[in-house]
Amino acid sequence: MLTAQWLYGLTGCVVVALGLRAALLHPSLLQRIVAINVMGSGVFLVLIAVAYRGPGVAPDPVPHALVLTGIVVAVSATALALALVRRLRAERNDG
Amino acid sequence: MADALVWLVALPLAGALATLLLPRAATAVALATGLATGTAAAALLYGVATQGPLHYAIGGWTAGLGIALRADGLSALLVTMTALVVLAASVYSSAYFGDGSQRARFWPLWMLLWTALNALLLSGDLFNLYVTLELLGLSAVALAALGTTTAAVQAALRYLLVGLLGSMLFLAGVSLIYTGYGTLDMATLAAVVEPGPVVWPALALMTAGLLLKTALFPLHFWLPPAHASAPAPVSAVLSALVVKAAFYLVLRLWVDVFADAVTAAAAALLGVLGAAAVLWGSWRALRAARLKLLAAYSTVAQLGYLFMFFPLLHALPPGPARDLAVGGLVILALTHGFAKAGLFLAIGVIQQRSGHDTIGELDGTAQRLPATTFAIALAGVALIGLPPSGAFLGKWQLLAASFATGQWWWIVVTAIGSLLAAAYTFRVLGRAFGHRPYPNQPVTVAREEWPALLLGAAAAVLLGLAGAPVWKLLEASA
Repeated sequence: MLTAQWLYGLTGCVVVALGLRAALLHPSLLQRIVAINVMGSGVFLVLIAVAYRGPGVAPDPVPHALVLTGIVVAVSATALALALVRRLRAERNDG
Repeated sequence: MADALVWLVALPLAGALATLLLPRAATAVALATGLATGTAAAALLYGVATQGPLHYAIGGWTAGLGIALRADGLSALLVTMTALVVLAASVYSSAYFGDGSQRARFWPLWMLLWTALNALLLSGDLFNLYVTLELLGLSAVALAALGTTTAAVQAALRYLLVGLLGSMLFLAGVSLIYTGYGTLDMATLAAVVEPGPVVWPALALMTAGLLLKTALFPLHFWLPPAHASAPAPVSAVLSALVVKAAFYLVLRLWVDVFADAVTAAAAALLGVLGAAAVLWGSWRALRAARLKLLAAYSTVAQLGYLFMFFPLLHALPPGPARDLAVGGLVILALTHGFAKAGLFLAIGVIQQRSGHDTIGELDGTAQRLPATTFAIALAGVALIGLPPSGAFLGKWQLLAASFATGQWWWIVVTAIGSLLAAAYTFRVLGRAFGHRPYPNQPVTVAREEWPALLLGAAAAVLLGLAGAPVWKLLEASA
């Protein structure tokens, strides 16, 4: 089922493009952070599609490992971004 | 000697954990692990100089699955510069942060930043590069957010979003490379890469991400606010090392791994953006009202020179002329690292002593802080590219390569950029020499003034007079 692999891979590319567009164009900080996460999910989708090696064959483990690492990195980065947004909000409310 | 590769990553990481666990003794612990890391950097430089490129497979896992560490002449030189700059800035920071609560937050992030820098410079694998890029970006943003003003938090947040966007683009390119070639090991890739529809979009995505991170014009918009509102030692390493790390990756990808896939038009595009960065950055530096903004815009300009080498390197056939140009590029990058770090530390001294860094109100600085003013002058010598600075050698090679390839327009840009650099340096010095009574001793706050002086001297004198080993070490890269 190579078509399924292509379907997932191309969907991933579309998701990346949508995320990139939103990250560049949205004025709201929170929306930008979400958009960058959407972009990351697109890249992960591409990597998972790449790992597929046909029915009944074990998938390539390397892209899976990359996706796992990537998710950890994305979560930490999002946490830092949200912490900064909160601090910015707090300081704006004080001042 | 290959063990030094592991120590260079493990020692600062251990330092980061130790400073987190022992906040009271953080300064001493950080300086001790810093000295040990510096020794490892010296060992690495010696190892590469005597034995050629070094490799280390962590845990015995070979490339493909494991984490491969590699060092050639280029990475050894940058690791050494990183060690010297971070050490000098650490000594400065030990006085800068005093005993406040900021100190406890500063040291773990500082050591983590050093870990990320070393890991990035020594990584031999594209995915590990992505991880180290993120580590570097996150620790750099957290350090920039230590600035106390709302503007600093705002700038740090923008810096983070730009950095994340850059990393995501890089990761998208990396996943395309894995789709096409089934490997992420850079040495393996260099052998199999050929120009075509797989490599071009992948290289374009990775380069776009890295250009965002290295702040090449017109993607530099985030740099001046982020670098100008961070604490002084943080600004120093952000400008001297962090943007340089992303530049190192562009260089590695374009000149080394994907050299066969690069087209003349793409190299020319980087050169044109570099030239625009030189002109725009130098002009904005000249017009800046604050010293830190001046230094930040000057970073934009100085990175431009580095990118102007790309079309020249592409046009030069492999041989001694090209090796000379590569050496010129590297020595320019090293000189800028020392000079900009020295400049930011010196600005930090002025800012703390006089409570501001407004250029128009610097009168008497030369009398109150002679050593710091001298450090600014030394850094200025390197930024302008006067002999005997390393930047003089670098710009000389830039001009020589422009003549050799007939691309004369880069000469015009270099000349205008150097004149503007001279103008913004003398604008600061001219102000600083406004008349005030002279103190009895030139160095007034030793622990804060010496690091800037030494970095300035390294940039202005050392690299120019002892530049030959740089070219010799780079032969070990091939």
